Amino acid sequence: MQKPRIRWHIAVFLAPAVLVYTAVMIFPLFNTLRLSLFSKIDQERVYVGLQNFQTLFGDPIWSEQFWNALGNNFWFFLIHMLVQNPIGIALAAILSHPRLRFAALYRSAIVIPTILSFVIVGFAWKLILSPIWGIAPSMLDAVGLKSLFAPWLGKEEYALTTLALISVWQFVGIPMMLIYAALLSIPEEVLEAGEIDGITGMSAFWKIKLPLILPSIGIISILTFVGNFNAFDLIYASQGALAGPDYSTDILGTFMYRTFFGFQLQLGDPHMGSAIAGAMFAIILIGVCLYLFGIQTRMRRYQL
Amino acid sequence: MNKARVNPLNTAAMHGALILYTLIALFPVFVILINSFKTRKAIFREPLALPDGDSFSMIGYQTVMKQGDFFLYFQNSLIVTVASLFFVLLFGAMAAFALSEYRFKGNTLMGLYLALGIMIPIRIGTVAILEMMVATGLVNSLWALILVYTAQGLPLAVFILSEFMRQVSDDLKNAGRIDGLSEYAIFFKLVLPLVRPAMATVAVFNMIPIWNDLWFPLILAPAEETKTLTLGSQVFIGQFVTDWNAVLSALSMAILPVLVLYVIFSRQLIRGITSGAVK
Repeated sequence: MQKPRIRWHIAVFLAPAVLVYTAVMIFPLFNTLRLSLFSKIDQERVYVGLQNFQTLFGDPIWSEQFWNALGNNFWFFLIHMLVQNPIGIALAAILSHPRLRFAALYRSAIVIPTILSFVIVGFAWKLILSPIWGIAPSMLDAVGLKSLFAPWLGKEEYALTTLALISVWQFVGIPMMLIYAALLSIPEEVLEAGEIDGITGMSAFWKIKLPLILPSIGIISILTFVGNFNAFDLIYASQGALAGPDYSTDILGTFMYRTFFGFQLQLGDPHMGSAIAGAMFAIILIGVCLYLFGIQTRMRRYQL
Repeated sequence: MNKARVNPLNTAAMHGALILYTLIALFPVFVILINSFKTRKAIFREPLALPDGDSFSMIGYQTVMKQGDFFLYFQNSLIVTVASLFFVLLFGAMAAFALSEYRFKGNTLMGLYLALGIMIPIRIGTVAILEMMVATGLVNSLWALILVYTAQGLPLAVFILSEFMRQVSDDLKNAGRIDGLSEYAIFFKLVLPLVRPAMATVAVFNMIPIWNDLWFPLILAPAEETKTLTLGSQVFIGQFVTDWNAVLSALSMAILPVLVLYVIFSRQLIRGITSGAVK
């Protein structure tokens, strides 16, 4: 074994994964970024440098759509952070209580929406909130709040928030399960030590458990960020590619789909689509780097 | 924790909160399912009532069976999901074994390279993926989807599986080597059976996003004969918006297979998450 020889089995073990991953994921990713520097002029692909990005940010028609989609996307993300994650943490905190009965049953039921497809979720809520069917108005009527009802998905000012809340409803199971797992891994001795010092119940949660699960909350935040900034399916399934009413629910995913694939009267433009993909890539990359270098390295980790 | 300090009021409040949220989570699914078995009139008159002798009707399901090719869609979804999972698990486990078992130049770099895809969504590269699939003639074939989902699933699979493979005892593998087993036999006969629980976790994590994806079927395989169940129900519902019976039945038919799979695998899923597979 002294002389160096090629260990072919290592290459054989690595090759299939590396080939498929490189060919179908990494190469297209960079190829898309490259395509954003080209444009189609007279049926020919011509290198145009950063001109597509200039159009995207400079041309009023394009930039208005882009900033609208980006702003909507941030609002979409903000609602997830403010509603989905706190509810998930609260549910996990209750579920992790020792000797809670039926915990497995609750857990399984709350995860059910997460396994459904966006098409099902989008249409089911569309039907329930529909003023024609009347489930939502009659339920509000039963508690005396009928005046609050509006066709939420059809109004520009509510549609995006409604969709974000539907998405929260669907995905609350993920933060719940991850936090639940983190809470279970807190050793009993730590909590007992706190108890001896008189820290129990709610204050045990705030003072002992919460600091210990902060790294998990960080991971959930970055997962939510990446998931939200390439979201598409729910909006497409319930509002269509035009992300109506009047583009009020347009996010980067639907904007990119419309641009590169074309929709109704608009012709598809793969190069502008690539430019939008490039912008999405940059946003996700910035978010991930902020998390990795800004938050994760500074977070205090406790040896348990 | 002490038995004496459990406050019954607290317990009631906890159950109250959980029951409330469980109802919120299940209510839409329940409404869709019960109404799919009702006549059109009953759907509108009493949307929250269970179907009874009077209001029971299968008309929606009949329309769906007649109009949409749901069995074909279902079959497509099944083929794509099972084949993608197979390749993710096989290729992922092989790469994970190479990374965790052998020391070679560029090991860490290769690990980092493969982990890139955990954070960067494959959708960003869609434009070039479509061009590639058109150039290779794979567009509108199930292979296009299988390749994409395999690539999408590999990074996390390699990451999770190599964590687990590091825990497999070296003594066992070296005993195998002394007995003259080849490296391939060690991998397939000794290591793979030992990491089966981790493989199941990876499978369950990948299964749901693949089954439910709308983006890639819509872009890479929208032809009638390659539609997946998700895309098929999306298109079907879009065409039948005003036929409430058909829409509700189509939704129910899309819900049921996932629900059945969930009931079968939910233990595995929850055990997978809580065992700290995601860190």
